[in-house]
Amino acid sequence: MPRCSPARRVGEAMAPVQIRGTVLTLRRVDAYHALTLVAPAIATKFRPGQFITVAVGGPETSMLGRRAFAVHDVRPDHGGTVEFVFDASGPGTRWLATLRARDVLDTVGPLGRPFPLPKDPSSCLLLGVGYGSAPLFALAARLKERGCSIDYLLGAQSADRVFGALTARRNGRSAAVATSDGSFGARGPVTLLLEQIIREARTDVIYASAPVPVLREVTAIANRYTIPVQASVDVPMACGTGVCMGCVLPVTGTDGITRMVRSCVDGPVFRGDLIRWDDMGTIPFDALGAPGWSPGQQVHRAG
Amino acid sequence: MPVDMRTRIGQVELPNLVLTASGCAGAGRELAQFVDVARVGALISKSIMAEPHTGNPSPRLTETPSGMLNSVGMQGPGIDAFLQRDLPWLLSRGARVVVSIAGRTVREYAELAARLSDTAGVTAIEVNLSCPNAEDAGRLFAFDPQRAGSVVTAVRASARYDIPVFAKLAPDVTDLVAVAGACVAAGADGLSLINTLAGMAIDASTMRPALAGTYGGLSGPAIRPVAVRCIWQVREAFPSVPIIGMGGVRTGRDALELLLAGATMIAVGTEIMHDPAACTRVLRELETELAVLSVDRAADVVGQAHGRFPRGFAGRT
Repeated sequence: MPRCSPARRVGEAMAPVQIRGTVLTLRRVDAYHALTLVAPAIATKFRPGQFITVAVGGPETSMLGRRAFAVHDVRPDHGGTVEFVFDASGPGTRWLATLRARDVLDTVGPLGRPFPLPKDPSSCLLLGVGYGSAPLFALAARLKERGCSIDYLLGAQSADRVFGALTARRNGRSAAVATSDGSFGARGPVTLLLEQIIREARTDVIYASAPVPVLREVTAIANRYTIPVQASVDVPMACGTGVCMGCVLPVTGTDGITRMVRSCVDGPVFRGDLIRWDDMGTIPFDALGAPGWSPGQQVHRAG
Repeated sequence: MPVDMRTRIGQVELPNLVLTASGCAGAGRELAQFVDVARVGALISKSIMAEPHTGNPSPRLTETPSGMLNSVGMQGPGIDAFLQRDLPWLLSRGARVVVSIAGRTVREYAELAARLSDTAGVTAIEVNLSCPNAEDAGRLFAFDPQRAGSVVTAVRASARYDIPVFAKLAPDVTDLVAVAGACVAAGADGLSLINTLAGMAIDASTMRPALAGTYGGLSGPAIRPVAVRCIWQVREAFPSVPIIGMGGVRTGRDALELLLAGATMIAVGTEIMHDPAACTRVLRELETELAVLSVDRAADVVGQAHGRFPRGFAGRT
């Protein structure tokens, strides 16, 4: 099992910035949109797995929550650009889809803990569902620099919702696809192919970015093979900076104590085995500060 | 000439009258990435409880038109961790800190106030009365003048004499002035108006309440007219009581509206989630608004809307 270097603590150098990013391009990518912003201050600090938030609806907007998107790619042109992928499915994202080049977007980033990278060259499986796969390609580039081999497993509802299959085919040692309707690759969920790939590729670590139920199953399968999972969770956020406490999930710390942690500042990437998947959407009875929890209990558990 | 934006809470002078509302600035560290916390008038902490508290299950927030509905449920580290970790950090950054406290019983409030009195650097205590009263079948303290008053009495009695106590009131009560009056009579040095309004949203796709906590507190510009009304009424009844006005402040002009209604200070809340630099922006915008009106001191416009004649009336006659 490869040792993963823990994500560095967010220091001053990595602190996020709030900028007015200029839209460079907005293009359709199958069922999704990809928006590229000129944002040098974010691009230079970005590490794979981090995300940005944008304010939607313009200055007089009635939509107060910021929208969070994983960064798909950063490029050095125009001093530094940031690209993110979205599905125009709600009022905020539909507004984003109406933007044009040279429009200005209130953007904050880079936010959150990035994917930790293995110290030694490893066999990495990158698993993404829908446009959740967007952050995996920048990660793949970093992993390759470290001599890792990359296998991709992508999935979605249908062919037009598989994001990045072409890039995966070009860059990966292997690339497998599964769709629910069978319109692209195997018919069924990605987890159908997971065990076979783990065995064939001798996977050392799984990087996964997918809806919670998929991550939960991926973690369960990986646990059977004692493979670590770095899971990027997609939990709705309202602020992205940690002030609203809206995106909490139960995570067990290395001290064995479960806490309700914010996925925006403590995540979005977590070790899969530390997330209490079965208790998502609840307050586990033994979580720090849960009803009925007492300080004595903490001393007992910690001691 | 720059507008004088200074104000006072008790003995402490604040460089400006724009604060952060409780629960909207995290522990301060989150905000410090985007604004200099020393330049914020004061930070009102997230409501601190006696012990660590997980809060409610998710989903905890949902967006409504110009509003935000939340049922976070007071997730927090408890007073010990707050005093050990969060407060010293804020003070080291030169911030002024108003500590919001929340309890389930009158006694809990009093004990929290006593703990804070032993600590240096607490600018004021804000008593969050929108907490379920464990001794009254979970009804909020803020819903009943007598119970709200008894909390304030207990806090005032156990807090150090030189720490001002502000009572934060809920707007959705039958008679706000009665609750405000009870708190003032109980020794409150000031009032914070307003807390969120109870609201609810249902997710049509799941056909279930959008929040795990079923109900939530509504905040944001949607409730600003309610805040203006509440501040107006309380100012009318108690013109000399300082008011921290809050509720949907998004711009300097919104802040000015609350000042004119009678707030002596302004707190920015939900807008911080939308714009992490909102506090300093609102301050800048408010300064501009006041300069345009040729006002020298922000304190001069407080409660001005209660005047008999509109501004400029004398000039036209």
